[in-house]
Amino acid sequence: MSFDVARVQADFPILKRQVHGKRLVYLDSASSSQKPVAVLDAMDRLYRESYANVHRGVYAISEEATAAYEGARARVARFLGAASPSEVVFTRNVTEAINLVAYSWARSHLAAGDVIVLTELEHHANVVPWHILAAERGVELRWVPLTDDFRLDTSNLGRLLDGAKLFAFSAASNVLGTINDVPALVDAAHAAGALALVDAAQFAPHRRLDLATWDADFVGITGHKMLGPTAIGALWARAELLDAMPPFLGGGEMIRDVRQDGFTPNEVPWKFEAGTMPIAEAVGLTAAVDYLEAIGMDAVAEHEVDLTAYALRALEDRFGDRITIYGPRSVEQRGATISFNFEGIHAHDISQVVDEHGVCVRAGHHCAKPLMRVIGVAATTRASMYVYNDEADVDALVEALAAAERFFAI
Amino acid sequence: MPGLEDLYREIILDHYRAPRNRGELPVPPAHKVEGFNPLCGDEVVLYLDVDDGVVRDVRTGGQGCSISQASTSMMSAAVKGQPIDDARQLIRAFKALMSIHESKLEGDGEPDEHALDGVRLGDLEALQGVVKFPVRIKCATLAWNTLEQGLDESSTTTV
Repeated sequence: MSFDVARVQADFPILKRQVHGKRLVYLDSASSSQKPVAVLDAMDRLYRESYANVHRGVYAISEEATAAYEGARARVARFLGAASPSEVVFTRNVTEAINLVAYSWARSHLAAGDVIVLTELEHHANVVPWHILAAERGVELRWVPLTDDFRLDTSNLGRLLDGAKLFAFSAASNVLGTINDVPALVDAAHAAGALALVDAAQFAPHRRLDLATWDADFVGITGHKMLGPTAIGALWARAELLDAMPPFLGGGEMIRDVRQDGFTPNEVPWKFEAGTMPIAEAVGLTAAVDYLEAIGMDAVAEHEVDLTAYALRALEDRFGDRITIYGPRSVEQRGATISFNFEGIHAHDISQVVDEHGVCVRAGHHCAKPLMRVIGVAATTRASMYVYNDEADVDALVEALAAAERFFAI
Repeated sequence: MPGLEDLYREIILDHYRAPRNRGELPVPPAHKVEGFNPLCGDEVVLYLDVDDGVVRDVRTGGQGCSISQASTSMMSAAVKGQPIDDARQLIRAFKALMSIHESKLEGDGEPDEHALDGVRLGDLEALQGVVKFPVRIKCATLAWNTLEQGLDESSTTTV
């Protein structure tokens, strides 16, 4: 039940442009995805026809904008399988979602000596907020290590989680491509009496996310990696947790009453949405979710698994021992993000040369420096694929990499 | 649009493949200083033996892209044995070399040509092509910023 990639590609205007006289080959979707015309049109239409601030104006277009904004919340809730839209708090991205949990829930529930368990494959977004908390509150951080096959080593998980209050982990790695067994990790957290926070930034765009199956407590997603605009993401959390959490940012919208001697916060989810929110971006995210579900998340996953298998084979066939791939070799429980290095050629130089061939890849530490230290490199080159990529893109990557090898040959 | 040959001049690739002055010096008397490029993870380690107003010896370490490592190698060759004042003048000149094009690109202000007056850049001029690739300028300047920091530190820690 795959889909017609050519038809999908036709929906993305940017893919029609050329770079350095070459066809644009975009292989950096793990960083940020491109946008289909449906998303661009939805945002444009709002601004042209129905734009006003939300929850404030007693006039037609404000009511239309409010309906569109709250409709986006309901749409995201349905996409995630949430019990209610009120469990979906809009944030800028997963970084802000995790900071919201760190500042609101963690600071009202954790004290010196409490334990937070992370994993070695986390993005800085799921590391630094906890470092800040640890420095401020004396909270202890523990790390779930990796296996030789770049998966989480859960053999000692019970002991790591012993006494923990929170287990915060990614559903999928932004560097290795590894997809974690979220339900099993959530179960382990709950068995130890800890809450489970899932960074789903790299999962939600690529696999069917079903909150009921995960049974987690906090889940963060970000729109710009799933065909939506920048600056719109969401924190999903259990209603009873959100109800009990104090506000994070203070300001307009998040209040019910403000007096000289204090304030009363609004109900959830608005309690956590201070100031004018990214209204058009929420509408764009609605269109992105509609677009993804029109393709079907199972079809998206199937397409990416096939493409990943093709890419892994193509890279190994062409470069053999000269390329080191950092990530699982089997496509089971693996996303379409492939990190690699060539002996003697730095990732930035690879990236610079392949750009000359129109190929966009990411080079660097991918905001995962603890992971880079574990795998013993300062930087990798990363190619990450999505719904609009095809085998021709992989072939272009391979040819561009071969050119980079020739360029830097000693 | 600039081509790869503007960025990767042969002299740069030569320094990248065969970096000069790699190694360490005993600390003390040498001063060790590290520079990082937080965005891309490039790292430069310098050991500076500064004595009597002269950079007597330089050793370099670290890892990174060809531009950052070649620039480190070229910098070490350029300042080794030079008086501190000359090394500082070279730092200013190199930064000017990197920023002249920035101001030209932005179309405002006159380039600070005085920083280059009377300074012989030699091989370092090969790095000028980097300014056509704005993202890579920080790769080229990392070693020089680290040197500047090291000279500042060693002048305050040694009598």
